Formats: sequence, structure tokens, C-alpha cells
Amino acid sequence: MSAGTLYDKVWEQHRVAELPGGSTQLFIGLHLIHEVTSPQAFAALRDLGLGVRHPERTVATVDHIVPTTSQARPFADSLAEQMLTTLERNCGEHGIPLHGLGSGRQGIVHVIAPELGLTQPGMTVACGDSHTSTHGAFGAIAFGIGTSQVRDVLASQSLSMNKLNVRRIWVDGQLQSGVYAKDLVLHIIRSLGVKGGVGFAYEFAGPAIDGFSMEERMTLCNMAIEGGARCGYVNPDATTFAYLQGRPFAPPAGLAWERAVAWWSSLSSGADAVFDDEVRFDAAQIAPTVTWGITPGQGIAVDEAVPTPDQLHADERPIAEEAYRYMDLRPGMPIVGLPVDVCFIGSCTNGRLSDLRAAAAVARGRQVAAGIRAFVVPGSEQVARAAEAEGLDQLFRAAGFEWREPGCSMCLAMNPDRLEGREISASSSNRNFKGRQGSASGRTLLMSPAMVAAAAVSGHVADVRKLLETPASRSLSPNPEAVLSAACPP
Amino acid sequence: MTSPSFPFGPVRSVAGTAVALNGDDIDTDRIIPARFLKCVTFEGLGEQVFADDRSERAGAHPLDRPEHRGARILLVNRNFGCGSSREHAPQALMRWGIRAVVGESFAEIFFGNCLALGIPCLQGSHDQIRALQALVEAQPATVFRLEVDTAGLHSDGGAAWPLELGPGPSQMLRSGQWDATGQLVAHDQELRDTAERLPYLNGFASA
Ligand code: SF4
Repeated sequence: MSAGTLYDKVWEQHRVAELPGGSTQLFIGLHLIHEVTSPQAFAALRDLGLGVRHPERTVATVDHIVPTTSQARPFADSLAEQMLTTLERNCGEHGIPLHGLGSGRQGIVHVIAPELGLTQPGMTVACGDSHTSTHGAFGAIAFGIGTSQVRDVLASQSLSMNKLNVRRIWVDGQLQSGVYAKDLVLHIIRSLGVKGGVGFAYEFAGPAIDGFSMEERMTLCNMAIEGGARCGYVNPDATTFAYLQGRPFAPPAGLAWERAVAWWSSLSSGADAVFDDEVRFDAAQIAPTVTWGITPGQGIAVDEAVPTPDQLHADERPIAEEAYRYMDLRPGMPIVGLPVDVCFIGSCTNGRLSDLRAAAAVARGRQVAAGIRAFVVPGSEQVARAAEAEGLDQLFRAAGFEWREPGCSMCLAMNPDRLEGREISASSSNRNFKGRQGSASGRTLLMSPAMVAAAAVSGHVADVRKLLETPASRSLSPNPEAVLSAACPP
Repeated sequence: MTSPSFPFGPVRSVAGTAVALNGDDIDTDRIIPARFLKCVTFEGLGEQVFADDRSERAGAHPLDRPEHRGARILLVNRNFGCGSSREHAPQALMRWGIRAVVGESFAEIFFGNCLALGIPCLQGSHDQIRALQALVEAQPATVFRLEVDTAGLHSDGGAAWPLELGPGPSQMLRSGQWDATGQLVAHDQELRDTAERLPYLNGFASA
């Protein structure tokens, strides 16, 4: 068993009791709720005659169902409207703060909690959403839960949990230009597999991670769950503290702040920490990565070809066969040049300011290719306002992208943004499951926001490194890559 | 669809016919597509389980075949229930009629969500599961009895498959304490003590 890791220390601090079945009752320091997984939990609470134990440690927002075109109430979709009013009523009844539409603080739950300073090192964070792993970027132990567990946390501010093993993922070196945290995590999942992390918490460490911004760390931890790890985390450091300082819910400057930093620092995995497993990667070796299949583990470097069955482990072949059919891709064909229909920049993986900036750097001075539906959905109202202050909305609009209101949008099909029929999307989100983006036959290629922008202006999957090398004005004239791609059969 | 009553109290065994769903990495988006999550109760999800897979196969999906009507045990392969944490997935399976899942492996959140509903998920080896799936496809009327205590699956033909279920979940199911709320709430003083000890809940006054 691991020892002396941040995971072990935070676990110990939050341990309430041992339960008869052998699991541990763990205190939850921050409970985030949204409109999709909470209504049935509140209903169950009511049936049990219980109240919310710590409403002040519970925070709500609305993200999954909100339309991103007009957020005027009531919503056109009466079911969505009902979900929102149910959340409003539940929060009102129990005294839970709700950062609703137009509050200036609304957004995807995994974007707003960090930016408000709610998520802090050393906390346990739970939310009825699997991408809660995002909050591990701060050195929190954060995991997704189901609705019965949402009920448990509401009732007791605690959960029945079993301790995970800890795998350290050490990343040496530095990412090359045009390669982002998203590429790193897609590469890790590709290497370790979508089931590789089952039973593990992932500790991301090493020089590459030390050099990452908080937003990059969030992208990385966000997708730990796609590798099967229920939580992923990064030890808190000066980058973490600098990010938190001055945020609305962070400890105030002065003695409280100093004590907080001291406590946070004491939680990091020590030099003598024992891990259950350790793997290493070299950031410099990683290329822009794109998924070609129907699981986040089916990724390849942008300059690679769709793998042939004989390049795959026997275990991976059945799902690869299913993916060839569903995606309509031939083994051995290059991924560059594959035409796309829709380009989506957003989600809790890549809907933050740095993501929009990276995409904007590619879109600047270029035009979305004819026939492509491209849109940018900021992760929160704060991200939207900050991007607008920099003129990113204008830049994207001028390039032919739509600029939308914050929400989960086309990451999943619970709002009006969705794929139609067999459409294929280049998406900065986190799941390429069959039907994920709202059409039962719709197809998703996961990639970094900069790669999505590159696909949007090229009309097909393109290597963003080439676009970053070429001045934008040149690529406005006939695009040599487009000519090249015409020769590549779809 | 004739569902028996939902699990309540101790879950010691599950009896009934089985239905096999072949394939690894079947995610919760496939079990219940996101558009059906637009609801404030779980009622009605039973009709929508695997909606897209079923419409794609126009009546030929195992869950639509008459011989599997009323099946109580679901046979799956590796990493079943990966992806989204939505409890709507086990809820939909339960409301369709499933009372136990037997597979090669399960995604953690899915396993926990099932446990919280009183639905045991038991693990078997690749060969065991393939053999079981083949048996159920060839002889869909086979009636099984799954014993939580011994983690054994028995067919009415006298065959038996030793499966795996961790001691914690097994004990929780047998004692009827699979629904954790009561236990958690009971530790009132321990909860207070923990909250008092955590620096961030006390303004870092004494860290
Ligand atoms: S953006 Fe996507 S993955 Fe993130 S919370 Fe919303 S729906 Fe879930």
C-alpha cells in the first residue's frame, strides 16, 4: 500500500469512521452539485426525512442543460426548464448557494469551483459527475459519485469509500510547441489504456508537470477518469498558491493565508513517499494526439495512421474492429486530411481562458473552411468575460466561429448543441463514445483546442504545428494542405 | 416489462434467466444516452436502456429478443459501465428488470452505483464469462441462481461457476446495509470531530 503520499495524508485527515462492510467513512470538504444528478438525490433525502448537513459546504451551478445561444428563461425545452427550476427550488429550500445564469459566476462546475477559489489543496471534493477528478489539479482528492452518493453527501457530508492504490505518473522534459496538456493526457491514456487506472489514484509529477500552469494541470487531471483512475492529482506548489491568492473563496491574506499555505505544503507527497506503481513518460517525445476510435484510449499521434489490427494487442482488436466500422475509417489510413463537419472548442477539459487563447492563436487571420460549423463555448461566465476583454470573441467571430454562452454544450447531448446524423466533429471535449455528441451515429475526434482550430480552418484534421510555423496571411491563399488532402481518400 | 420489486433489505441471492451483452468497454452513454438524463425522477428509464443500440439493431438486440424477456442477470465482458458517473445507467438496467450483473470487470463508479441500489456485480474470468454467454445464447431458457454468500452462480442444469465478490460488498448486500445513508448519518459525533479538526473548515485558525 502507498504511504506518505498526498493521497494518504488527505485520506487520513478526512477519515470519520470505519464501516461494517470494511469501507471507510470519508468526510467531504466540498460538495458540488448541478441540475442533472441532484434532483433524485434531493427527492430521496425528502423521503428519508433528512436535511442537508452542511449547506455551506455545498455549492451549485447549472451547466449540462443550458442552451448556449440564448439563455433567456423559460428555456424553449420544457424538460430543461423543469430541471433548472427543480435545482433552484432545492437550493432555496436547503440554503445552498447557487451560481446561476447571469450571476457572473455560472459555468461548468469544474471550471467555476477552481476559478472562485472554492477548490483548495488538501480538500476532499465530490460531485455527481465523473470529471470531478479535475479538482485534483490543486492537490485535492476529488472524485465523481452517483446519485445515491450525492444523497449520502447531502445527508452526512461524507461517503462510504474504499482506499485506492496510488500510481505515480512521472513526466520528464517539456512539451514541444503545438503540443498541449490535452495531448499529454491522451497519450497517457493511449499508453496505459482506458482500464489501466481502475483501482488507482494517479499522482502526476515530474519536471513537465511542475512547469504546467493550473489550467494545464486541470486538463490533465480532468481526463484521469478516462484512463480509469477515479481521481488524479498534482502536489500543490507555488503555482497553485499563486493561482488561489485573492480568489473570492480562498483564505484571506494575512495569517489565515500563511497558515493555509503551510498546511497545504505539508500535504505534498514527501521524498520518502511509497507508491503502489510508477510509470514514466517523456514530454518531449509527445506529438499532437487525436483519437480515431470510440474510446479515449484509441488515440494516435497526428502524423500516424489509424492502427491496423496486427499493430494492436489481441485484447484491443474487437473494440478496434467496432471502431473502424462505426467511425468508417480504414486501418492504415492517415488521420491528417480526414474531413470534419463540426468543430467544438469548450468543455470542462478545455474551456478555460488559456485554451481559448491557444485556439485563437491558430484562428487569428485565418478563416473557418467552407461548410464547417465551428463554435467556441467558454467554460464559465468569468472565462467568457475575460476572453471578451482580450477581444478573443471578435477574433473568433472574424475567423468564422460562433461565440456562445457558457455551458457543457456539445460535450454531451443534453442541450440543443449536437451532431446531426453521421457528422464527424473535431472536439476539445473528453469523450468520443458512440452517440456522445447527440446523434446515435455521430462521430467524435478528440484533440486539443489548438488542433480543433487547425481542423476548423483546414476543413480536415491537420497538424497544428505546421500552422503555427506558417504565417496566417499565407494560409488564406489556396491552402497547400487542402490540396494535399484532396488526394487522401476519406 | 414485468419488473419484480426493487431490491430492499438483505440481498442474498438472485434467481432468473440471463441475457448476454458482448463487448468490452460498454460505457454508460450507451447504457443510457444523455438525452434521457433530462428528467427529475428515474421513472421511465427502464424503457430507454440501451436506446440507441437497440434502435440500431431494430429488434435484434438481446434486450429486445422475446427469449430474454424477464431476464434478471446480465452477462457482460470487460470494463462494463465505464465513462460517465450517471446512476441513471444502473437505474435503467434495474428498471428493465436486471437484479445482478456478472462480468469480466466493471468500472469503479458503476460498481459502486449498482451496490448502492442493491445490485450485486460479480466478476468471473474471461473464459468463464465467454462460456456463460455462449450457454445463454444457445439455451436462453436456462434458469440461474446467484448466491451472494458464496459468490457462486448455479444453473438449473446443475452446472456451477465460482465467481468473485469482495468481502465488503458481499457483507453489505447480505446484511442489507448496501444503502449507506443510515450508517453515515449515525456517526454524528465522529462527523463533528472530523469537521472540527479540518483546518480549512475553521478558517485556518489553528493549522
Ligand atoms: S463539459 Fe462535458 S464532461 Fe464536463 S461536466 Fe459538462 S458534460 Fe461533463
